[in-house]
Amino acid sequence: MNILVLAEHDGQQLNPSSLQAITAAQFWQAPVHVLLVGSALDTIASSLATVSGVTKVIKAEAAHLENPLAEDIANLLVSISSEYSVILAAHTSFSRNTLPRAAALLDVAMISDVLEIQAENCYVRSIYAGNILTHIQSQDALQVLTVHSSHFIAATTQGGSADISAIDVPAPFTQTRWISTKQTQSDRPALSSAKVVVSGGRSLGSAENFEQVLAPLAAKLGAAIGATRAAVDAGYAANELQVGQTGIVVAPDLYIAVGISGAVQHTYGMKDSRIVVAINQDPDAPIFQIADYGLVGDLFDTIPAITAAIQ
Amino acid sequence: MKILVAVKRVVDYNVKIRINADGTDVATNGVKMGINPFDENAVEAALQLKEQDQANEIIAVSLGSSANQDVLRHALAMGVDRALLVETNSKLQPLAVAKLLKAVIAQEQPDLILLGKQAIDDDAGQAGQMLAALLNYPQATFASSLQLENNELLVTREVDGGTETLALSLPAVITADLRLNDPRFVKLPNLMMARKKTITTIPVADLGVDIESRLKLLKVAEPAPRKAGVMVSSVDELFQKLLDHEGVTL
Repeated sequence: MNILVLAEHDGQQLNPSSLQAITAAQFWQAPVHVLLVGSALDTIASSLATVSGVTKVIKAEAAHLENPLAEDIANLLVSISSEYSVILAAHTSFSRNTLPRAAALLDVAMISDVLEIQAENCYVRSIYAGNILTHIQSQDALQVLTVHSSHFIAATTQGGSADISAIDVPAPFTQTRWISTKQTQSDRPALSSAKVVVSGGRSLGSAENFEQVLAPLAAKLGAAIGATRAAVDAGYAANELQVGQTGIVVAPDLYIAVGISGAVQHTYGMKDSRIVVAINQDPDAPIFQIADYGLVGDLFDTIPAITAAIQ
Repeated sequence: MKILVAVKRVVDYNVKIRINADGTDVATNGVKMGINPFDENAVEAALQLKEQDQANEIIAVSLGSSANQDVLRHALAMGVDRALLVETNSKLQPLAVAKLLKAVIAQEQPDLILLGKQAIDDDAGQAGQMLAALLNYPQATFASSLQLENNELLVTREVDGGTETLALSLPAVITADLRLNDPRFVKLPNLMMARKKTITTIPVADLGVDIESRLKLLKVAEPAPRKAGVMVSSVDELFQKLLDHEGVTL
């Protein structure tokens, strides 16, 4: 039996997390097929064909799949599922929306956000915002899962020579209509894949302060900007910048937590970072328990001082 | 329009989670429980639709032991019209939840089903999508806004890096993100009144649904903590430490 990876792309480029999912798929030591869904896939299919570890690239192309719906992707997955013992994807909003629907249609359980694959049907995943690890065994013949991409290295994009084939797609689902997609434009690197992340909490006090204090530091470091849920809820930052259990999970080389107390909800989203630096006025803030380097101080003095000191 | 909202009883989000004495599962005995926060957003969304005269009846459903009456009373105190408890002492996984809700929906025939986008205990985030699949209904997950226009539901969804807007025909399944609304505060008199209301109990056996667990829990463990770091007393010291110990030049 084969392994199927549901890839994610924006029409131009593959989402880096899909390369990490391709690495996770190697575990079963079986042929790995990658499914691309969209309306014009030739460019992405060609680049995927050279990814190491991919044996087949499957194109599901149709005009109505330009902005694909979970309903259509789930029906598509069901239509080809008999060839596969595992269907997996990176744990992104795209897959979280789609894969549970496919799993239910196939009458199998789904395992969300797998941290580690231990055996062909045994997984480690966390519950309670990363506070508890569970080891679980799936009883189903078909495994449907999403993987925590930062726990898997990206597959190399060279050296592979996969076949590319196209498949017929099921009739469109007509009860849902796509209206629009609004991607936030930013000159900063994408939060989910940035090497350096500067994140701010509610102590920044306002949207203006949030930008004025963090932007110069982020600019000097070439960093992405993140935010706690409290800062997002207070309107200091856009929701797509939210790091944590209910936002994005990041694992950069350097994470600078500015005025962040360190609620578990937030630390869930950043505790895989290689180096964590925390700046907070409160010496007892829980963030210092997980930071590699902690500096107690007023962020309005400390952050400009750090920014000025950077070469 | 008739709305059905599913609510889950979970460990209160402020509680420090611990493993039970025999190390087999998370300790929940004697621990403060409450309504799953995302489900509270779903209840609030239903109430707002009713206040806009776009819904005339809201039913809250919970699945589990008789202890789940407390989250149903909470939903009643917020303002839902009726409460149903599908009673079982079995642990329910998302696929079983979706199948049980489907059976309740077959009886109640709601036009709209609202759930939270995930439960803060198992963090699976699957039940809504699975339910929509089993019903072959349209779905909109992670909703941050919704409005009814010409019998279509316009839903804005939070997706990685931005938002997506969809139009759904009814009946449909929506899962709520925290940004959908601020759930109203439950006033004490309402809570007192909710205590007098009847909760209809449906024994799980009456629904004739396979609720067998598909995922077997082999082990629970606490993750290895990050090693405690060092406190520095100045920006200069921070830069020096990053250079000496991490090879990072800022």
